[in-house]
Amino acid sequence: MTVSEDLDTRFREAAAAAGLIDAAFDLADTPIGTLFVATTDRGLCQISFDPDRGLDLLSRTLGRRVLRVPRKLDTTRRELDEYFEGKRTEFDLPLDIGPIAEFHRVVLDQLALVPYGQVTTYGALAAKVGHPRAARAVGVVMNRNPIPIVLPCHRVIGANGSLTGYGGGLPRKQALLELEGALLSTN
Amino acid sequence: MMGGVTVPPFERFYAEHRDVVFGMLAKRLGRERAEDAFQETFFRALRAYPKLRDAGNLRAWVLTIAANVATDEHRRSKLWSGTEVPDLESLDERPAYAELRDMTSQLPPTERTAVVLRYGYDLDYQRIGAVLGSSPEAARQAASSGVRRLRRKELS
Repeated sequence: MTVSEDLDTRFREAAAAAGLIDAAFDLADTPIGTLFVATTDRGLCQISFDPDRGLDLLSRTLGRRVLRVPRKLDTTRRELDEYFEGKRTEFDLPLDIGPIAEFHRVVLDQLALVPYGQVTTYGALAAKVGHPRAARAVGVVMNRNPIPIVLPCHRVIGANGSLTGYGGGLPRKQALLELEGALLSTN
Repeated sequence: MMGGVTVPPFERFYAEHRDVVFGMLAKRLGRERAEDAFQETFFRALRAYPKLRDAGNLRAWVLTIAANVATDEHRRSKLWSGTEVPDLESLDERPAYAELRDMTSQLPPTERTAVVLRYGYDLDYQRIGAVLGSSPEAARQAASSGVRRLRRKELS
């Protein structure tokens, strides 16, 4: 016997309302693929490019009680839609990046300040946080960025102008920079 | 590393077992009452989930929770039925599966599980096999040899 959609939705929302889950997630369709988006009661905590791996990661980092509750991600999905339509240049979402090392936190704070449509380099970001020789360490922080797109690690490129790397793959990085009009030329 | 199946994210566990749980509850309680019991079952599962150490048999685990919820629901409806026309289910002195649980307490574990799930929960052999981690045919054999053993006990 199949559970009706109505009962299923009621259970999911009641579980979230009762505070019985560690995090809620949903999927968001975007021009760069289906994104896995997750939130705690404190704020948006994860965006992943691979939904299956995203679910495993969320379960490992925040707790196993993770449940798909679309309503909890309504604002996130709407803001992402607006961003991909070119109508939004800044996200207005509370974030929950959890307990992370101090260096990671200051780098991510600094990253959040890189404006829409502009790029910076790993070295420049390192200098901004007072460690001008830590470009590589900044690269590691970018690689582990739990909330890509919203924390715009796609705006960080190599000193020679190359895109260098991206957790979601270079084509996605390029697409995001093109969307923002940040890529001067690709030839 | 030996033993211990990793406990999956709750979403995967829920998606995999929700239909079986609802089916069992609907059979025991009727479709309407099964809806509340369904929520309560997975609420209890959520509360216990952080402490789960092994995911070896999550289906049997969640069906046990559902059976307890259904029993509570039976008791509750009996308490409230004094002034109302009781429905047929609440007239039963004890639900069949509870009797079976006592009757089968001496059986080997596999036979006992098969008998209780078949005759107490009315699950088909496909599902019982899934719970036992065996084929439907093996589940059928376990149930029938359990029943034979019970009959022998009754005669002796």
